Amino acid sequence: MNTAALKGELTVKGLRKWYHRRDQAPVHVLEDCSFRIEPGKLTVVMGTSGCGKSTLAYILCGYIGPDEGQVLMDGQPVKEPGSDRIMVFQETALWPWMTVMENVVFGPLAKSRAGRDEATRKALELLRKFGLSEFKDKYPGQLSGGMKRRAELAQALINSPKLMVLDEPFRGLDVMTRELMQEYYIKLFEETRLTTVFITSELEEAIFLADRILIMGGTPSRIVRSLEVDLPRPRTFDVLATERYLEIKKEALEVLYGESMQQQTMAC
Amino acid sequence: MKTSWWTSRKFWLMWAGYAGAIAMWYASVKWLPIASFNRLPDPWAVAREWFSPHPAFGVSVFTPVYYVHIFYSVYRATAAFLLAVLLGVPLGILMGWSRTFDTYASALVGLLRPIPPLAWIPLAILIFPGIEIAVIYVTFLVAFFATVMNTYVGVKSIDPDYFRAAASLGSKPRDVLRHVIIPGALPNIFTGLQIAMGAAWFSLAAGEMIAAQYGLGFMIFESYNLIQFPTIVIGMATLGIAGFISSALIRVVGNRLMRWRVQSFGMKG
Repeated sequence: MNTAALKGELTVKGLRKWYHRRDQAPVHVLEDCSFRIEPGKLTVVMGTSGCGKSTLAYILCGYIGPDEGQVLMDGQPVKEPGSDRIMVFQETALWPWMTVMENVVFGPLAKSRAGRDEATRKALELLRKFGLSEFKDKYPGQLSGGMKRRAELAQALINSPKLMVLDEPFRGLDVMTRELMQEYYIKLFEETRLTTVFITSELEEAIFLADRILIMGGTPSRIVRSLEVDLPRPRTFDVLATERYLEIKKEALEVLYGESMQQQTMAC
Repeated sequence: MKTSWWTSRKFWLMWAGYAGAIAMWYASVKWLPIASFNRLPDPWAVAREWFSPHPAFGVSVFTPVYYVHIFYSVYRATAAFLLAVLLGVPLGILMGWSRTFDTYASALVGLLRPIPPLAWIPLAILIFPGIEIAVIYVTFLVAFFATVMNTYVGVKSIDPDYFRAAASLGSKPRDVLRHVIIPGALPNIFTGLQIAMGAAWFSLAAGEMIAAQYGLGFMIFESYNLIQFPTIVIGMATLGIAGFISSALIRVVGNRLMRWRVQSFGMKG
């Protein structure tokens, strides 16, 4: 993959979002979210569950619109879903009725039917890289959790998106598989340097992967803190034992702790 | 270790069920001190009539008229069922896909669906030229509603992330229909088709009893009028077998089209 075009700059300005339910007062989910996602960087969005992380991700991808504010992708306003911004879903969204191969070539074929050979060649290359070439004719239901996530990464990457949004992609995996996937994923990122928004509620995962962490908090949610993670790349799990890692973790914990305290008192 | 089907426990339990039912039938006809039961034919009398080259009441596997009845019933059920699939599946998909169409059609379907199919018979006979179409129409009606409702539920139950993923990957409505909606709703569609087939046989038999010249329902009712009791049971058993075979056929087609499901379940099993 080429790193020449470091595109995928995302600017988010003053997002506000309410959920409107019938016969209920609207729920205010996002308040004044403003931030910049730098091209070629991995930005992690962190927050407690139910804080509106997924809502934010859906807005970035254009699945839902904000009530106020704007999302700009390389200067262009985001209005609808597009293959320049691809999301990897919490629960895998591989279509269970298509084989791994059919899932991966879906994007290129949806754009042009003519390029089937080219798409198949590219898909095979990606699947080989992800260790899935033997499983290309299997259905997602026949794969393990880790394989499904890798297949989904391949399904996204084949479209050469400018931005990837991963919404808690490793949720629901067992601890071992999860660590393997993190290691796997960080290698992939360091190789491609594809602009990425990675959503998680796990602090260790966040620090291990991120260039920058945006911590969400408050009710309604906003970005309460932005932390630079200046750990050197390429990273291995050894960074978890460094002094700097512990410092960042301490700083993040303080913010998160304060947030959860506030939520507890508000709940009472 | 793989055991063969006829030595498996399942196989023997299945036959034990059949044998038990036949024994109860025999016992209730022969030994129950209730006159109305004792009038009925016992299993052997039915079997003898069914497979006799010279049946006492004119219907057995060796008489052409038996097959004429079967042919008419199968023809009507198939015609009604195919019509229901052809019209019901697209309508269900449209209702599940377009909110405008849903609002428009749901009210109508909601009102028409509860009308018992047999209540349509007089009107159907008045509307359609000839009884044949009227019977098919009544049979079609139940199958149609079962197909529409299940297809609709099938489309509605597709995970919204599947649509989002398709939108992200740049698919047009045609791709969404072909690759997301139809395969996603297929499990429910086939559940609907099973129900539709069962309902079709049910209302077909009733329709034939009231208004038809041939068919298994007609045969049963005529035998009742002529006090030919074994023939009634032959007709009932034949309907049972026809229903069983048609269900099995739908299941085979469904498993063919949804190979992904069979294989995924196999993994878990």
